[in-house]
Amino acid sequence: MRFNSLLDSVGHTPLVGLPNLSPSSDVRLWAKLEDRNPTGSIKDRAVLAMVDQAEKDGRLTPGATLLEPTSGNTGIALAMIAKLRGYKLVCVMPKNTSAERTQLLEMWEARIMYSDAVGGSNEAVRVAKVLAAENPDWVMLYQYGNAANAQAHYDTTGPELIADLPTLTHFVAGLGTTGTLMGVGRYLREHRPAARIVAAEPRYGELVYGLRNLDEGFVPEIYDESILSSRFSVGARDAIRRTRELIELEGIFAGFSTGAILHAALGIAEKAKRAGESADIAFIVCDGGWKYLSTGAYEGSLDDAEMALDGQLWA
Amino acid sequence: MSVEVRVPTILRSLTGGEKVVTASGGTLAAVVADLDGSYPGMGARLLDDSGLRRFVNIYVNDEDVRFLAGLQTQIADQDSITILPAVAGG
Repeated sequence: MRFNSLLDSVGHTPLVGLPNLSPSSDVRLWAKLEDRNPTGSIKDRAVLAMVDQAEKDGRLTPGATLLEPTSGNTGIALAMIAKLRGYKLVCVMPKNTSAERTQLLEMWEARIMYSDAVGGSNEAVRVAKVLAAENPDWVMLYQYGNAANAQAHYDTTGPELIADLPTLTHFVAGLGTTGTLMGVGRYLREHRPAARIVAAEPRYGELVYGLRNLDEGFVPEIYDESILSSRFSVGARDAIRRTRELIELEGIFAGFSTGAILHAALGIAEKAKRAGESADIAFIVCDGGWKYLSTGAYEGSLDDAEMALDGQLWA
Repeated sequence: MSVEVRVPTILRSLTGGEKVVTASGGTLAAVVADLDGSYPGMGARLLDDSGLRRFVNIYVNDEDVRFLAGLQTQIADQDSITILPAVAGG
């Protein structure tokens, strides 16, 4: 496949069947390999759309400085695109993220400001909002509240899924900014109204939930509960176990958020099989495992791996 | 009918520091009422006039109750209930 530039190649990712993890020939699992995007994650789609939209709106002008709260993948995608388009980038990233994320961001010359590990991404969002107020000339695309984030998936991920899998019955993705689920979900509501839209939400260690009070909780502005059919919480142990099964049984080397999504997808598959229903369940492989090797959670016992991820933002 | 309820750090001041407490009730609403009886103040932290507070998520066997029957979600013996504050990802 030929493209005029790297950014033109964002999306168009393969959808691969999982013959060994699918419970039967009537209940099939399909993995959309978003790690095949230029910076190795699904975030390339949303970030490119947000940058394009901001340029179109005149919010982003040559030489501008971008600011973004991110636990990693959004920042990495933004760092690459900013470099190509001539913008500077300041990322606010929680301290409890893998070393590779810092290395990648620095490679593309992003400036990183670390936020406290306690409170996880909530704290990064809070710090970024303070910085945005102090630096009115900086442009915060703000993935949690930017309609172009979800729109990217409505325009690309959704249509790709239906083109490759017209018989799709379920779509399962991770819940972070909620952009993937909102965009694909809206597209499916229009084109496959019977499809179930299922969210897998990572359940981190306690540190990440260490808010001072419940009013510090956070729900992304773009989140619309009515788009989802169900929402599951998946802990690190199940996420690690499934990530390892994906490697062992299907040869797919993915990050731990994908393990969490696969866990929810397998639950749905089992339920469909028990009910004697047929199902084509598509789920998102958000990124490859490369950025998480330093956590050590790909080796050793599940107990050790779970311990290694405790307190980390692993999704 | 007895279930285990996982309590997040911010609510443990009410449970004397306990991470996991036991409660009973046939619906989530009954479980929350039972929790409020054992740990006064818990109900008000979880609910407001419109139901579950915006930044409170409750999961029954890992499924978000907002997509089940909300406070009317049926609770069976041995179910596990997890309470968490809403946090950002991405």
